[in-house]
Amino acid sequence: MTGHAKEARTEGEPPLLELTDLKVHFQLKKELFQTTKHAVKAVDGVSLSVRRSETLSIVGESGCGKSTMGRAILRLVDPTAGTIKLDGADISRLSGKRLWQHRRKMQAVFQDPFASLSPRMKVGAIIAEPLVNYGTVTGRKAALSRAAELLEVVGLKGEHASKFPHEFSGGQRQRIGIARAIALNPDLIICDEAVSALDVSVQAQIINLLMDLQDEFKLSYLFIAHDLAVVDHISTRVAVMYLGRIVELAHRDTLFDTPKHPYTEALLAAVPTPDPSISSAKAVLSGDVPSPINPPPGCHFNTRCPYAEDRCRIESPVLREIAPHHFVSCHYR
Amino acid sequence: MSIIGDVKRLDLVTRLDWIGTAVRVQFGRNPSLVLGGALFVLLVLVSVFAPLLTDSDPRRINGIVRLTSPGGDFLFGTDNLGRDMFARTFFGGRISLIVGVSVALIASIAGLFFGLIAGYFRRLDSIIMRVMDGIMAIPGILLAIALVAVTRPSVGNVIMAIAVTEIPRVVRLVRSVVLTLREQPYVDAATSVGTSTIGILHRHILPNAMAPLIVQATFICAAAVITEAYLSFLGAGTPSEIPSWGNMMAEGRIYFLTAPWIVLIPGGFLAAMVLSINIVGDGLRDMLDPRMTKEL
Repeated sequence: MTGHAKEARTEGEPPLLELTDLKVHFQLKKELFQTTKHAVKAVDGVSLSVRRSETLSIVGESGCGKSTMGRAILRLVDPTAGTIKLDGADISRLSGKRLWQHRRKMQAVFQDPFASLSPRMKVGAIIAEPLVNYGTVTGRKAALSRAAELLEVVGLKGEHASKFPHEFSGGQRQRIGIARAIALNPDLIICDEAVSALDVSVQAQIINLLMDLQDEFKLSYLFIAHDLAVVDHISTRVAVMYLGRIVELAHRDTLFDTPKHPYTEALLAAVPTPDPSISSAKAVLSGDVPSPINPPPGCHFNTRCPYAEDRCRIESPVLREIAPHHFVSCHYR
Repeated sequence: MSIIGDVKRLDLVTRLDWIGTAVRVQFGRNPSLVLGGALFVLLVLVSVFAPLLTDSDPRRINGIVRLTSPGGDFLFGTDNLGRDMFARTFFGGRISLIVGVSVALIASIAGLFFGLIAGYFRRLDSIIMRVMDGIMAIPGILLAIALVAVTRPSVGNVIMAIAVTEIPRVVRLVRSVVLTLREQPYVDAATSVGTSTIGILHRHILPNAMAPLIVQATFICAAAVITEAYLSFLGAGTPSEIPSWGNMMAEGRIYFLTAPWIVLIPGGFLAAMVLSINIVGDGLRDMLDPRMTKEL
């Protein structure tokens, strides 16, 4: 991939998606003798942008808030604070009809290909649903024939439209989910762990399909994942998330070759190497991710960071640009 | 919009043919459903066509032939007033059926409506559910007796009384199903492709909530048949001039030692009806799982 060239080409344009200090907090119910209200700070001040025709991957451990961030962008959960700008328009406070008009510009592919398709709807009806909702085609026949076309675009057969989702394999179902996502010709597709539930061989097919579709339809992806091999393959840029915050954001090659944040280092060190003669003497993280209800003060990573000093336990680092297009949130890098 | 429902329009001949094939396929897969269904259909047919099966009036009193044993002129014997048990049993089945089916329908429709609202619109949930808890706190049979007592005993009142006591159970069932369904990724997917709330309820939640509801409806139908019999047995149900299995048993109970058929025949039919409905309910539960039905 010619990531750098692509990046340079789109740099001047305004970003397709821009998050500014996005926060999603879930209020917990107050217990009987509790005086303060606790909140799960799933997303705690994320600012990033997705440019046109690029793939921005979000990686992080489970529970770091990456899926919640995706759901907030899709407006499936309400953001607590911050703004979400899609194609220049702030959609973070919209609702009803106004929000509906913006929804067609961003679509989603979900993690579980078995649960993301209605079990009692035929595949044709599932793919036709967005078309019918937005009236892009008129009439039942036109919608079904468009659905059949879309099935062929994602590598299935048109006659599959009359079958039910349970008659397909996981990979095929994910293709159906992708067909539904591209039905409205969106600009942005949020892939929330879109290949995590699939076999490795099927993963490769789906990733190649996503990349082909990106070229064909000029799509941008926000690719939420935890598998670094997949991320390395598909991404233009990569953001690393830890406990609701972005800790490092850089071009894919930069991030994989010269990671700056201790957490990114540890994540990359945890990737298994196929050659057993290469010893992995690098730092391995110990301990668990702290609770997002009560994150440690200062830098969220200080409880597990091998380099943590007093300052890290008091002062929260900001995401700053240490090299062109390379952002790190650490006091000492 | 009709593409979503995508129901094949078959003409009558192919449809009947299809039913025949379906019954054969189901028999192989689920024999108890077909046998229970056949028993239920048989009981429905003899009740519906009761006037064609017998000439005698179920209400005609004839003192000369009172307490005749089954067989001979009176296939099921006669009761203490010499009324023909054969006619009374089949006419009585109509009451049980009307009550069972009406209660199942009314409770399902009302329960579905309130259950969908309570499950999907979280703000109305606690209001609706507290009202339902209130109704549920009263023992069903007592509520039914009270309702019949303040009104006049009639089949319609019996239906309403039993339906009111059954509604909370349906609401709870539907609500719990909706609560799990609304968190399904396909509901999120529908939201992100721009489906309206009504569309989500109609296309994504309702079809998936129907299977447990239908199964529950069959059990409600069976329970209503029994409750009607209870109420009639206690004299708080179907008025005594209309034969029903419950009031037949109530009238026959003092003659049980000399003429046991007055109790046993309607009791046996009641048991058969309830059993067949329950078997059908169990069978439907298996059949309505989409992962178990294959292309016919």
